[in-house]
Amino acid sequence: MDRPVELPVTEKVKISVRDLNFYYGGFHALKRINLDIPEHKVTAFIGPSGCGKSTLLRTFNRMFELYPEQRAEGSISLDGENILKTKIDVSLIRAKIGMVFQKPTPFPMSIYDNIAFGVRLFEMLPRVEMDERVEWALKKSALWNEVKDKLDQSGASLSGGQQQRLCIARGIAIKPEVLLLDEPCSALDPISTGKIEELIHELKADYTVMIVTHNMQQAARCSDYTAYMYLGDLVEFGATSDVFMKPKKKDTEDYITGRFG
Amino acid sequence: MNGKHLSTQFDAELSGISSRVLEMGGLVESQVAQALYALTQFSGETATQVLRQEERVNQMEIEIDHDLSAIIARRQPTARDLRLLIAVSKTIANLERVGDEAARIARTVQRLINTGVSSRLRLPVSDLQFEADLAIAQLRKALDAFARLDTAKALEVLKQDDQIDQEFDGLLRKLITYMMEDPRTISSSIDLVFVAKAIERVGDHAKNLAEAIIYVVKGTDVRHTSVEAVENVVR
Repeated sequence: MDRPVELPVTEKVKISVRDLNFYYGGFHALKRINLDIPEHKVTAFIGPSGCGKSTLLRTFNRMFELYPEQRAEGSISLDGENILKTKIDVSLIRAKIGMVFQKPTPFPMSIYDNIAFGVRLFEMLPRVEMDERVEWALKKSALWNEVKDKLDQSGASLSGGQQQRLCIARGIAIKPEVLLLDEPCSALDPISTGKIEELIHELKADYTVMIVTHNMQQAARCSDYTAYMYLGDLVEFGATSDVFMKPKKKDTEDYITGRFG
Repeated sequence: MNGKHLSTQFDAELSGISSRVLEMGGLVESQVAQALYALTQFSGETATQVLRQEERVNQMEIEIDHDLSAIIARRQPTARDLRLLIAVSKTIANLERVGDEAARIARTVQRLINTGVSSRLRLPVSDLQFEADLAIAQLRKALDAFARLDTAKALEVLKQDDQIDQEFDGLLRKLITYMMEDPRTISSSIDLVFVAKAIERVGDHAKNLAEAIIYVVKGTDVRHTSVEAVENVVR
């Protein structure tokens, strides 16, 4: 897309992506992406494997910098500040833009420390306040009631769904502004998925949420805006109800109705 | 429907339900034609046949509705597929009402025959036939448009609805004249007013079908909009 789709005037732009190109070595993985992400809304990215949706998500917190052969061109502005500029401390960006991955990744430590670990990197909190923060994050991620009596047990002792909610709790404990979710439910059963979708709905009051998902029904259920990507292009972006009822592009329609391939 | 689903079973289900709708459409179309035949020929037997078909139409509506719910539950359709299923749901409700109108005409015929009024009736029955031919043609055109998801044809149906309305107004004036000239025809004239109204309603249902087709293809709800506005959507 040459220009971003204009958001309704009621929306405030949290992140604006301009002319973003991304390369894995010689491979051009994202092609001139222009996109505005609204604040306090859930934006879903859908598209077939290899379309660039996860790549795009990873550029939002410069995760790609871990690999030297990967590079991004263009700009991604968070509240007007270009986060792709190398001067900006990447750990500060990641404090503002948290991420949860496809596979639950609890640290090999207690449930309590899983959450406190990230917080300690950025804040020196007295014990009482840290307890409060851990409790707050666990309550926010709908896990508190299940783990409150075993906070000193290993995070790995939890079920997959619980582990994923623990990762979300860890993500929000540092009070980011944006939360990136990369296939957060793909390894979970329907009940855990339901809980996480419910959680996503609640989180958007405080955060701007972006979710990559292969499950189109999940995108339809829990997002406000949907972006359809294909082969590194942003094909269509719009309100989720429009995209799923009356997509503007035939390619989008073919994909969401299962006529793809 | 352009393009095939990855799931051929889903394709089969969608085309299956579409052909069931067309089958139901054909049934109610012939019901209306038969009801008119019963009226113009004062055939009590044909009227009874129309009423018997009514049960079959009702049964079909229930069956298609059931299949529809099953597809929605199992396939979670989106976009065009979802619009098609919503349109099918509305279409069969309209077709069932067309069947009701045919049954209403058939019952009127039975009453006219039972009260012995038919033999001395000199009423503009042939004018009713003309209105009915228009309505049946509209219904057939709407069903054709549904079969091919042809918006141009659907638009024609919307444009021609006026003709039936005008015909109805003309019939009404004529029947009022009959009643004024000979008060003995009042009772049966009123019956014919209701028949004319029933036929006019058939035209309205055809129009609803046409609007549903445009919704499926274009994704725009064109109910309660002017024909000019619909033309812009279809173009």
